[in-house]
Amino acid sequence: MKRILIIVMVTLLMVSLMACAPVEKPETSNTSNTESGDTKTDSNDKKTVSGLKAFTKDELKVGFIYSSPIGSEGYIYVHNLGRLALEEMGIKTLYLENIPETSECEKAARDLIQQGCNVIYAVSFGHMEYIANVADEYPDVYFNHCTGYITKNNMSTYMGKIYQAQYLAGIAAGMRTATGKIGFVTTFPIPECVRQVNAYTLGARSVNPTATVEVKWTSSWYDPATEKTAATELLNGGCDVIAAYCDTMNPQMAAAERGAWATGGTSPGGEAVVPNAFLTSAIFDYATFYKQDIQEIMDGTWSSTGGFKWRGLDEHVVKLEGISKNCAPGTKEAVDAAEKGIIDGSLDIWKGELKDNTGVVKVKSGETLTDEQLLALDWFVEGVIGKVG
Amino acid sequence: MNDLVLFLQLAVQLGTPLLFATLGGILNDKVGNLNLGIEGMMMVGACAGFGVAYHTSSPLLSIVTAGVASLLLSLLYALVTVTFKGNQTVTGFAITILGTGIANFSGESLSGLTLSPSFIRIMGIQIIPVLINIPILGTVLFSQSYLFHLSLWLAFGLYFYLKKTNYGLIMRMVGENPAAADTSGINTTSYKYIHIALGGLLCGLGGAFLSLVFVPRWQDNIVAGMGWIAVALVIFSTWNPIKAIFGSYLFGLLRALSIKYQNISFRIGNNDISITSQIIDMLPYLLTIVILVLTTLSKKRENQAPAWLGKSYFREDR
Repeated sequence: MKRILIIVMVTLLMVSLMACAPVEKPETSNTSNTESGDTKTDSNDKKTVSGLKAFTKDELKVGFIYSSPIGSEGYIYVHNLGRLALEEMGIKTLYLENIPETSECEKAARDLIQQGCNVIYAVSFGHMEYIANVADEYPDVYFNHCTGYITKNNMSTYMGKIYQAQYLAGIAAGMRTATGKIGFVTTFPIPECVRQVNAYTLGARSVNPTATVEVKWTSSWYDPATEKTAATELLNGGCDVIAAYCDTMNPQMAAAERGAWATGGTSPGGEAVVPNAFLTSAIFDYATFYKQDIQEIMDGTWSSTGGFKWRGLDEHVVKLEGISKNCAPGTKEAVDAAEKGIIDGSLDIWKGELKDNTGVVKVKSGETLTDEQLLALDWFVEGVIGKVG
Repeated sequence: MNDLVLFLQLAVQLGTPLLFATLGGILNDKVGNLNLGIEGMMMVGACAGFGVAYHTSSPLLSIVTAGVASLLLSLLYALVTVTFKGNQTVTGFAITILGTGIANFSGESLSGLTLSPSFIRIMGIQIIPVLINIPILGTVLFSQSYLFHLSLWLAFGLYFYLKKTNYGLIMRMVGENPAAADTSGINTTSYKYIHIALGGLLCGLGGAFLSLVFVPRWQDNIVAGMGWIAVALVIFSTWNPIKAIFGSYLFGLLRALSIKYQNISFRIGNNDISITSQIIDMLPYLLTIVILVLTTLSKKRENQAPAWLGKSYFREDR
């Protein structure tokens, strides 16, 4: 009896091992053969800006590398919405989720390329150096890395200018807070998160000059229990509006349980999760970006030399998702005015004089922060309670 | 003062899943089976509990299902370690990976779903009328979910069972010296199976607390390493359910502390010292090592690990 059981279990184990072997043949051999190895000028395609082949819609196979599970909300979810938008256009896509920010990312990228992908989007900051390594090995594949800064001829970087939308969300929060204390739950003290906290604070203080924003770091892009706990701590400390930039909506849910208000969730649909607490949300619309980028690839105008593809409110890659009924009266007008100002350039949220939260003047009167300085931002503006690092 | 009370309340909430899992671990360890699969069992319990809660909105049914699901997983562990005499450490790891995988896979369809408000009300914080007026402890102990009270009763019940009942004595004997137990006619296999199953059930309840009360949603990897802290806690509490209570709340407190004070800075002389949250996160494991060293040095019989912990019992070698 025992022997039979052992045999059954071992057979099950062997079968399960065979079930995970990849089966697809690589498709890249087709494209390089028919073009006889020359990717610069083809008989059917025009010369492209980057030198890589301009694929047609049928030839395209786009691979996505996600650092966390897609779930139902959050950063990865909104990238996935972009992927689904591409699928609706008839483009074949593949994805791998839960790829950690380690050398496993290289394996994942190679995996996707061997399955025929000719465009790769890696959406997490920590994937940067690994994607760069793989980009060197496959000069004919388009690599795109979100939120990073390494570029090559076939590797570009992109991101939504979410801080613009966070400024607007901050206005809503500043107008709504009764205690004057706002809490912000986010992940790592990297410029991406620091920028958002700063923009949010500047927005809140533009309508409520004494408001403060307290920051809690969760040290993880995805940690449900810690995100909830951090928000609870902020609420215990007297905050009555919670904002968050992390991968779940747990901070907002913690706020809703206490009867406080919340903004954020980087993906659409936040109001349905916390209807009584929801003010507004600074969301990404990566579907718009991906459609723009794929169009550029198809047109042959894709290039990585133009620098960081940082697209914001004007190109609809970031948005403010709705002003809910919970917002203070007058919020919509204030937000609309600010949004218009940001888009037409008349409102520069980073212009001086700006002090950091220890009182040192960081941006002098009459000056402003350049894109390079923003991408390396490592100090908090006045009104932020917390430390970078 | 209010700040302190709310902080302690949160700390206790963070400690409750640890307490459930530690009690389960203690049950397993006391019969001689080192349980490293706690994380997997918690995950399975969390997923199963949430799934049933979403579809039936019945608190009792979801808790029971959570327990049963992790019980089944622990039976698998028992099969491999007791009947097949497999290596307990390796099997434990395998169960962790298996449990996490099963839970994440089954939970994909549950992602993003919310439970009914009536369910959340029943499982959420319940205020006990008179006792809540006790300063500080009132809010901390008597403004919590039913599962919290269940965990405390279970801890006391387990202590009573282990120390004062006959079955508890026999079970401990099986963990200390199965050969002697076998000679006196005790069926060591069935004792091990039953207690491993019960231990698994408790771990599942710990996971269910996370997905049904604390968060309360299903998310991938919702346990996020708490199972491993529980493994350390079992040792930290020297296999004593009462000490497990204090240990769990201490570890919960440390976790809450690391989030509350992300950066404690002070000056000594002319130097700025800053203790970051990572150092506080390290403390539970550091404390466990200290306790382990102290118990080994003290040689007090009741604080030692069960003698046959981790070893498979081969009847033929008796």
